[in-house]
Amino acid sequence: MSNPVSALQGAAYDGYVKVEELGLRGMITVRGNLASTKLKNAVKAATGAAMPKQRQISIADEGAVAWMSPDELLLLVSYDKVNEVIAAFEEAMAGQHFLAVNVSDARAMFRLSGDKVREVIAKISPVDMAQDEFNTGDFRRTRMAQIPAAFWMADEQTVEIICFRSVADYAYGLLKDAAEPGGEIGIFG
Amino acid sequence: MSTRLSNSGRLLNKGRAMNFTFNGKRMSGFEGDTLASALLANDQMLVGRSFKYHRPRGIVASGAEEPNALFNMGEGSKFEPNQRATTTELFDGCKLGSQNHWPSLEFDVGAVNNKLGRFLTAGFYYKMFMHPRPLWKHVYEPIIRQSAGLGKAPKDRDADKYEHFYAYTDVAVVGGGVAGLQAALVAAKTGARVLVMEQTAHWGGRAPVDGGTVNGEPVDKFVDQIVSELETMSNVTIRTRMMGSGVYDHGYLLGYERVNDHQPEAKGPRHRLWRIRAGQIITATGAIERPISFAGNDIPGVMLASAVRDYAVNYGVSVGDRTVVVTNNDDAYRTAIALKNLGLDVPAIIDARSGGAGALGDEARALGIRVENGKGIAKVKGYKRVEGVAICSQAGEGAVLEEIACDAVAMSGGWSPVVHLWSHCGGKLYWDEAQAHFRPDVDKAPTGAAGEAFVIVAGSANGYLDLAAGLADADAAGKAAAKAVGKKVAKSDVPAAEATDEAASEAIWLMPQGANIKLRMKSWLDYQNDVKVSDIQLAAREGFESVEHAKRYTTLGMATDQGKLSNINGLAILSDALNQPIPQTGTTTFRPPYTPISMGAIAGEARGEIFQPIRKTPIHSWNEENGADFEPVGAWRRPYTYLRDGEDRHSAVIREIDQTRSSMGLLDASTLGKLIVKGPDAGKFLDMMYTNMMSTLKPGRCRYGLMCNENGFLMDDGVVARIDDDTFLCHTTTGGAENIHGHMEEWLQTEWWDLKVYVANVTEQFAQIAVVGPNGRKAMEKLTEDDISAEGLPFMAFKDITLAGISARAYRISFSGELSYEIAVPASQGRALWDALLEAGAEFNVMPYGTEGLHVMRAEKGFIMIGDETDGTVIPQDLNMQWAISKKKEDYLGKRAQERSYMTDPTRWKLVGLETTDGSVLSEGAYAVAPGENANGQRNVQGRVTSTYYSPTLKRGIAMGLLLNGPDRMGEVVDFPRVDGTSVLAKVVDPIFYDKDGEKQNV
Repeated sequence: MSNPVSALQGAAYDGYVKVEELGLRGMITVRGNLASTKLKNAVKAATGAAMPKQRQISIADEGAVAWMSPDELLLLVSYDKVNEVIAAFEEAMAGQHFLAVNVSDARAMFRLSGDKVREVIAKISPVDMAQDEFNTGDFRRTRMAQIPAAFWMADEQTVEIICFRSVADYAYGLLKDAAEPGGEIGIFG
Repeated sequence: MSTRLSNSGRLLNKGRAMNFTFNGKRMSGFEGDTLASALLANDQMLVGRSFKYHRPRGIVASGAEEPNALFNMGEGSKFEPNQRATTTELFDGCKLGSQNHWPSLEFDVGAVNNKLGRFLTAGFYYKMFMHPRPLWKHVYEPIIRQSAGLGKAPKDRDADKYEHFYAYTDVAVVGGGVAGLQAALVAAKTGARVLVMEQTAHWGGRAPVDGGTVNGEPVDKFVDQIVSELETMSNVTIRTRMMGSGVYDHGYLLGYERVNDHQPEAKGPRHRLWRIRAGQIITATGAIERPISFAGNDIPGVMLASAVRDYAVNYGVSVGDRTVVVTNNDDAYRTAIALKNLGLDVPAIIDARSGGAGALGDEARALGIRVENGKGIAKVKGYKRVEGVAICSQAGEGAVLEEIACDAVAMSGGWSPVVHLWSHCGGKLYWDEAQAHFRPDVDKAPTGAAGEAFVIVAGSANGYLDLAAGLADADAAGKAAAKAVGKKVAKSDVPAAEATDEAASEAIWLMPQGANIKLRMKSWLDYQNDVKVSDIQLAAREGFESVEHAKRYTTLGMATDQGKLSNINGLAILSDALNQPIPQTGTTTFRPPYTPISMGAIAGEARGEIFQPIRKTPIHSWNEENGADFEPVGAWRRPYTYLRDGEDRHSAVIREIDQTRSSMGLLDASTLGKLIVKGPDAGKFLDMMYTNMMSTLKPGRCRYGLMCNENGFLMDDGVVARIDDDTFLCHTTTGGAENIHGHMEEWLQTEWWDLKVYVANVTEQFAQIAVVGPNGRKAMEKLTEDDISAEGLPFMAFKDITLAGISARAYRISFSGELSYEIAVPASQGRALWDALLEAGAEFNVMPYGTEGLHVMRAEKGFIMIGDETDGTVIPQDLNMQWAISKKKEDYLGKRAQERSYMTDPTRWKLVGLETTDGSVLSEGAYAVAPGENANGQRNVQGRVTSTYYSPTLKRGIAMGLLLNGPDRMGEVVDFPRVDGTSVLAKVVDPIFYDKDGEKQNV
């Protein structure tokens, strides 16, 4: 078995916030009735995390669940375990109308870290990044400049970003550009 | 002459000198200077030539309204034209050049136009250059282009960086004068999020220059206090060097921040465009002083009274030693008093009002300044500089009473509120007769989605010109804004400013009132576009009665300053000429941006490497390293072909096809769209989506399908694989993936919401590699233990296998006509599989082929291509694809449309193959002609080429095309004329040129 590689193989840039491409992460697109108890339980079993509210992400030790739309979730698990998680999920949901599909390889992930991560995001995404408006637990499925992207804050100094794999180069270029020293705005906190 | 004063200059840091050049001449200024103040300090009164008459022009204003002092600035990749000297801060090493002069600023050939001014009136160009027609293109236009134009266009790529910033706030305040600051403070005290922007580098606006007291202290102390209070509040953001550029629907506001213009060597972006969503917008944008229309009011040295005062107080620059003040209001007296207090000479204040001024008049007289009431300027003497003024009675026709020698004239025709941002999104204005200006009609503010007002105007922008009234208005505006965003507003006192006792101003639109034509032809309204009082009057006489028409006919207000100084004076003159009140004439439309903003700021980060996203497959970097000659396909870049040393595209494509058909080729097909459709109703849904039957497909099998829109036209095609009873994988075209995904969701969400179906786009999850050619299986068998033989994995089936140690799904589908497997593996392992296949295929001389090879091979097989054979007007029946349309199905998208009479018309052009009789390649899109001509005198046509290639397999040109009665005309020869007048003859043949029975792909 060959070694799976992420789009940019861990590229990193030290700007006024740090930009890193992260390795592969297990991601599963789930569609179904989010109000169903069976689905909630299956999600919990797959990730250890509870069903998130609208525009939120629910994070547990072994996984996370992000709210993508009124009938769509994104499960985040370990890359190695995706297939078993899907298999278990399908078993738990047997007889239900749902979709669970592996999208781990269709994505690239980035992490921003530093005390000005909020403003770097606000340069490229139309999202209110003020502390009172966006915090750990919040999740936005939005855009970064010209591409679709989603992100959340792992903590006050860390933003994690998901985008499509094919545009990883563009996303990385965009984040580096926004994080270039001299561009500090100093607006949040 | 203009010079630096030793005893003033509140904004200067005289400890830091800065050097700059103007037209190559070395000059120096101080930190804190604007380019304008620095030039004046170096006695550079002449800053440019006017647009039309090439008259000498000097600086008129001290702010954003400046029409004349626009410069070419910088060099090479830092060059930018039309930089406004009054709003650009001086920096060390700045290089300035004046515009619109030839050969030099001091001696300008175009100034001969000035002598011809009698002929160059409004509409001159329209009238003169209409006839004879050919002369416009070959004679007039080149000459006019040479002589016209302000700045030069930059030649090099802009070296600077720009960016955007998305900001959200409850209350956005535009303007950091006392009104804006007070409004911001009261709004911020309610807990609302407040963003304040000031276009200059300094807080306080005009107040520190104009003076006055607030709460018993000088107003500049008040400004300092309020700014430091705002700075400590965590819910407040305050930014200088940031202009409110435009107000748009739904509380959208653009802020243009000039981050590094004052320090061009600093790191970071030059400009930042703030894209702001505000609950409420307060426009505290101040007011602009108006010039007075008298003869010679454009001679360098004639300046707005407020500007003369600004230069003296803020920058320690005297515009002249002897300054005559001419006014219709009390405010200009402040200039006379300020100059006198700095030890400069003010020979006279010419006050057009017969009643004269209030308390300020007494103060001026007490300082020994001569005040002449009821008088005006008949004309200014001098050409490149003011030498004196001739005084007359304002009520008369210009008979000179006296001449006064002076070297500067400070004029004030009253103040107009800056209503631009109020008006951008529909705020209405009314004419205030007493103050003679348009001011916001606060009951008709711009409104949001629910009809609520979202812009509030404050201070002098609202027509409250004195400090006390302005502060009170701003206080109320701040409270109203906070309330409108849902905050509780506590009662608080308005800061107490000392009210001033000023006499009313009087509307003076022409000086003297009865000025004769000679004077009117030298009375400028629009400095930048050279529009005079006489031009507007001529326009009115010629029937351009609407203000919008008169504006365009005379070009009044159409220059880069957008008429900030000229519009009100111009429409007053127009109203007078039309003998109607000013409100009836109305104003022209105010549009964003308030002043021009850089193209770079608009583009933001979108340039260079990140100009646009380019989608890359997992094999992209291999393609790059191996000679790929890319072409765009959607946002992807796909190899058109892979060039080897010394090859051109044509020979590379031939090599790739020959190799693939004879042995083995690889195609990076990762870009193909892949949609998972799952649910108990998935089959039923796909029966509606595709023209053929999908619900009968057995798990493990594949079927080619056509997709039409509801109008019956072909929109996509591809192979559908049934994964299990409930799950299908639909392949789409590369460009169609997102579109077809959206199309499916649209129908599921809006029409068939009762169907139990979910769709997911998994295009990027998989790298997909086509292994094509008779030796492909042999190569693959080296990499797998699974049975992929003709029996183990038959044509149009798929199978999950392990290939090169990677979990793969192999589809036996062929778009080339050869034995072919399309292998899908997780994208993260796509490159590994590609490498393994190259290695395994080495003995078969494996090589990748590009999109052109793909196209040629599919055309040899007569396979259609969405976008070639189809163009949005083609139905499957046109392509003889009835075999792919189910007759058993009750319905599918497009079925009903395809039954319309036009669609069933037997004369619709139908697909055929075309073989040129001489073996040449037909031109793309060539038309087959028919006898006779149509109603427009064009040749009749009977068909067109849809795909055309050189076929290396057949060693001749082959094509497909749509032809009238095509399938019934096999063997007939049709005529395809070429652009050069010759014709190519082509025989109508079956579109399948190669392996008609499909034996090769089915082995």
